[in-house]
Amino acid sequence: MQPGAAQPGASGTGASPTGITLARAVVKSWKAPIALGVFAILSLVLFWGFGRDGVSMFQLSTSSDAIQLPDLQLPTKLTGVVVPIILVLITLWSFVLVYRARKVPLWLVSLYAALFMVVFLAWASAGDSLPVPGLLVGTIVLSAPLIFGALGGVICERGGVVNIAIEGQLLAGAFVASLIGSVTHSAYAGLVGAMIAGMLVSFVLAAFSIKYFVDQIIIGVVLNVLVAGLTSFLYSTVLSPGGAALNSPPQFPRINIPVLSEIPILGPVLFRQTIIIYIMYVTVAAVYFGLFHTRWGLRLRSTGEHPQAADTVGINVNRTRFWNVSLAGVIAGMGGAFYTLTSVGAFNKEMTNGAGFIALAAVIFGGWKPLQATLAALLFGFASNLQNVLGVMGSPVPSEFMLMLPYIVTIFAVAGLVGKVRMPAADGKPYIKS
Amino acid sequence: MSDDQIPARGAEPEAAEPPEPGQTPAVGDERDTGSPSRFSGVLREIATGGAAISVFAVVLAMVAGAVLIALTDDNVKTAAGYFFSRPADTFSAIWTSVSGAYTSLFQGSIYNFRRPDFLDGIRPFIATLTFATPLIAAGLGVSIGFRAGLFNIGGRGQMLVAAALAGWVGFSFDLPAGVHLVVALVAAMAGAALWSGIAGLLRARTGAHEVITTIMLNYVAFYFISYLLRGQGLLQAPGSNNPKSPAMKPTAIFPALLGPRYDLTIGFLLVIAATIFTWWLLNRSNLGFQFRALGENPSAARVAGINVKNMYVYVMLISGALVGLAGANQVQGVITTGFTSGIDAGIGFDAITVALLGRSRPWGVFAAGILFGAFKAGGFSMQAAEGIPIDIVLVVQSLIVLFIAAPPLVRAVFRLPKPALVTRVKTTRIQGKKAVVTK
Repeated sequence: MQPGAAQPGASGTGASPTGITLARAVVKSWKAPIALGVFAILSLVLFWGFGRDGVSMFQLSTSSDAIQLPDLQLPTKLTGVVVPIILVLITLWSFVLVYRARKVPLWLVSLYAALFMVVFLAWASAGDSLPVPGLLVGTIVLSAPLIFGALGGVICERGGVVNIAIEGQLLAGAFVASLIGSVTHSAYAGLVGAMIAGMLVSFVLAAFSIKYFVDQIIIGVVLNVLVAGLTSFLYSTVLSPGGAALNSPPQFPRINIPVLSEIPILGPVLFRQTIIIYIMYVTVAAVYFGLFHTRWGLRLRSTGEHPQAADTVGINVNRTRFWNVSLAGVIAGMGGAFYTLTSVGAFNKEMTNGAGFIALAAVIFGGWKPLQATLAALLFGFASNLQNVLGVMGSPVPSEFMLMLPYIVTIFAVAGLVGKVRMPAADGKPYIKS
Repeated sequence: MSDDQIPARGAEPEAAEPPEPGQTPAVGDERDTGSPSRFSGVLREIATGGAAISVFAVVLAMVAGAVLIALTDDNVKTAAGYFFSRPADTFSAIWTSVSGAYTSLFQGSIYNFRRPDFLDGIRPFIATLTFATPLIAAGLGVSIGFRAGLFNIGGRGQMLVAAALAGWVGFSFDLPAGVHLVVALVAAMAGAALWSGIAGLLRARTGAHEVITTIMLNYVAFYFISYLLRGQGLLQAPGSNNPKSPAMKPTAIFPALLGPRYDLTIGFLLVIAATIFTWWLLNRSNLGFQFRALGENPSAARVAGINVKNMYVYVMLISGALVGLAGANQVQGVITTGFTSGIDAGIGFDAITVALLGRSRPWGVFAAGILFGAFKAGGFSMQAAEGIPIDIVLVVQSLIVLFIAAPPLVRAVFRLPKPALVTRVKTTRIQGKKAVVTK
């Protein structure tokens, strides 16, 4: 597929001027305006057709903040009338842009999404008050394993190994973190154990896919089943009978970062978290910087894009892949530890509940780029937490539809806004040195 | 990887005839030249250890399972506490736990010797076939996707859609006996086909990766069916508060195949028919040839004039319909008293391992489905009799697939001869034969 997709672009950069115009004509994509249009119509139907009365309050501060912001009050009815009009205008503008063969800029799409979110929240919380910091804190908590998993996936796939086994790495991390944490009474030991567990799962993935050239998707799927079976079996035979001694790991304490945690809104959300979240911030930054600004990242990406070329300049492709797949396991394992050492508190059968697959979706949604994948993971976390918060308030939308939302948005985004994302060229292909 | 090449060879005589490969006379022609090579292909596969690898992989996985069972057994643990004073105790405890587990696995899945007569003794095997039925159907669906290079992880969602439609037709309409069953089945398969067709359409029109879209559609289907099951007047049983549908009308239920004594329904016959259909589709039809061409190399398929975009849609439609058969079987054959949102019972994911173990060949999937059905049936009796969690079955199943996927590993463990050289000779020989055929 890749050569076919690359051809129009290649001819466009060629010498022939007619080729350039042809290529440009093909690039004109109506997907983004159409997707925006769908949501604009949706907003008109929802907020005009089913308008609600009252005042929506957005609480911007928690009671423990040093700087108290006043609550933001929006008249629900008026918001529901005005904002959809703006959305329709943005949609029309995007149609005009595409008609003039220009791209719809990302900031416009972001603005659109933000406005849609505001009007939706106002509508859903009519006559009630919505705790914005609580909503965002929950988002971070629910996204953290997804972000770790997605970063692991990005590293793995950038090196040319498809990582379907994120689910298995998370689950193994969660299990071992709980076991080691409980036995040693140390959350830090549990975290290290989770990292090693994720790495062990990665070793299997790496050994089979790199040494034995087994199809990477097959290994990933099978590893997920294997880890799910193994942890469930050991949970029933070892953890459960052992009771509190084996499955009640100590929890990481919350650490308030001195000055930063007093910033309104952002402070409670970002800087009153446990150590594992701070590690996550560092990891996101490190993976981004490492991947695009260091020798390590360049080598890793080269093995994923063109292993022959990498080999020619003296990079040991299979060794690079092996250790980076292992590194990915370490990162994903930390995400698993987050379940048992911070958010849930004890191991349960199949407790990751498909988070690894969502992380995989975040990797692809984010176009195999660390920051974008992190944002995609945050989107998933936000949507599921939004459902929790609105569920407590008594939302007018059935909770199932709220839970469905992130998945529908992903389908729309993958199909419409992002379009054909380009995966690393040698992703999924074993490198057989000839 | 070389294993993928071998069965593809069966298609190559067709490939040698570019103009109208699907025409009847051409196919008849092919059969004469094709059958001896197919026969020798089977011989070769046994000789180079394809079958041996499978057997050894099962043995290896069972040994690993035995280690797990022994390690977690309480009697073994107590005996191991005084290992150095009486080591024999430990070994006998290990033997008791492992043999007990595998005996009950066998008695729960193949034949129960403790029953007086044959008809009672064979019951476990019939139960195995019952468990295998949906696994084979869904496995076939996933395998068609694999053969065309598409990965359908959406089995769960497709099964839920199928189950909901079959259930809805099954409990809310009054139709004559035979018609009702067929209408429910067709509705289920069509619904699942369309649900999976969404992913195919998105792949064809926008390039959205089917791995993402099918996973997302799983969740959408799950929450949507959960919503329908929660609302009165939708799918929920009238006057009930449980998220559960009413029972099926008797006219829509699959009749028992071997009398009321066994659970096996005509669903099993449908699955055999589906296997034959899939074999015909992939190996004998024009469409299947295009599917396989797409799976081997999409760019080459496009150059050869195959409409790749349409193929994506067709593959997902057919794949979804077969998974839908599994979903219909769940509500029309297995759980006829009303379904919940857990009706898929993880079969959509198990189907992936079944398809992998069967190497995406229709009869391979059939055999793999029966093996996994046996593990499921036996696993339940093992859990009941020996108190060993059924999750051990997952471990053994995944290890089997893992070992089969990596023949060099199994060869190294059992010190089997290396067929690496043979494989290379094999491919060249095939190509030589093809050249002869074209002349």
